[in-house]
Amino acid sequence: MGIISLSAMLVAALIGIAIVAGIGENAVFIPGLLQGAWLTVQIAVVGCILAVVMATIAALLRLYGPAPLRWLAVTYVEFFRGTSALVQLFWLFYVLPDFGISMEPFTVAVLGLGLNVGAYGAEVVRGAIQGIQRGQWEATTALNMTRWQALRRIILPQAFVAMIPPWGNLFIELLKSTALVSLITMTDLTFRAKTLNDYSFKTIPIFTLALLMYLVLSLIVTIGMRRLEKVSMRGMVRGQGRT
Amino acid sequence: MIWSWNYTFEALPIIAKASIVTIEATLLSFVIALVLGLVLAILRMSGPTVGWVTSAFVEFIRSTPALIQIFFLFFVLPKAGIVLDAFTAGIIALSVHYACYCSEVYRAGLEAVPRGQWEACTALNLSSWNTFKNIILPQAIPPIVPALGNYLVALFKETPLLSAIAVLEMVQAAKSLGTENFRYTEPMTIVGVIFLVISLVSAAGIRWLEQRLNRRSVR
Repeated sequence: MGIISLSAMLVAALIGIAIVAGIGENAVFIPGLLQGAWLTVQIAVVGCILAVVMATIAALLRLYGPAPLRWLAVTYVEFFRGTSALVQLFWLFYVLPDFGISMEPFTVAVLGLGLNVGAYGAEVVRGAIQGIQRGQWEATTALNMTRWQALRRIILPQAFVAMIPPWGNLFIELLKSTALVSLITMTDLTFRAKTLNDYSFKTIPIFTLALLMYLVLSLIVTIGMRRLEKVSMRGMVRGQGRT
Repeated sequence: MIWSWNYTFEALPIIAKASIVTIEATLLSFVIALVLGLVLAILRMSGPTVGWVTSAFVEFIRSTPALIQIFFLFFVLPKAGIVLDAFTAGIIALSVHYACYCSEVYRAGLEAVPRGQWEACTALNLSSWNTFKNIILPQAIPPIVPALGNYLVALFKETPLLSAIAVLEMVQAAKSLGTENFRYTEPMTIVGVIFLVISLVSAAGIRWLEQRLNRRSVR
């Protein structure tokens, strides 16, 4: 969908929240849900930062690292892409204490989701770096740059632009995955919706509000990433820097 | 005691039994998602209003967590007088969620068929339904099989969500074993290993399929 349609949906979702909240006494659910949404946002933001860091490290190690580190990166990516996100969270939450490692639920949530999405992101970063034309590398050699200089000044800035759309999708995936943390006792938006439902039985308005709040958050991410893509494409000649 | 083999062998048959539920849920949801996804893709291409409404629906489902959609169906449908067991409600939620992903894949496949194919069918006086069914679809499907396969694996990895509404699939089985015996290490690890093995094998299978299809479609 285009940026205009997405913005229209964002406005519609906000109006939807206002309408549902305006019916009867539904407004009483808003503060609780907003508190949950705030925790969801915190987990998502810290998780995204961890995911980007892990993805970059894993991709660079896989591409340029010495053999043992390369294998480590491959193992990390295959392991986290191969098992379910919920199983990973449960494992961190229930099994690690058996080995004497107890973490706060917030840490477990951020670690679990960040490592999971980071593994998918590693493939995005790797693909974007490999998509840069060979000639760019050859030119940096001709200019007598070190490999690290070439990567930092020439290759990564160009790969960055190609990475934005897939990272946008991954951020949405991460935001949606935060709902899983409600199953490890965190009071996020999903958890709040469920507990409010358990004692008020006003199922339809509560879950509608929660769904619309998730929609608003996702749309903000999508629209933000589209804008970032536009801004970073500025000054680039189309087709340049990509194969 | 880091790892107890006795407990492992006690847990294994229970988890193996639950894995059947996981596989049933995966396959059932995927078949429904494949059909519904195609319907959504067709709706998106038919007319501006229907198309926009369908796009908005797809965007909405894709932008919100599957877990809360499962809760929504599980708690809301009984209010409307439709009482479903947890397994059915979960399957419906997962299949609608994945139908939206699949509809994007179908759309990509359908849009990749050259316009000339449609025009040639008009010239041959085929009805638009016949054109779609006999000419366009057979060309659109093979290139997107790997992408659909990836969603099958993704769906498989999302079935643990059903544990949230107490469907006794692998994760739920591992969790109840853990609660009974105060030890999660063995059952949770077994479930993780099963997921890893099945995902890696199916990923390899998809790669193989992709290569085969690529070889065939070189014209």
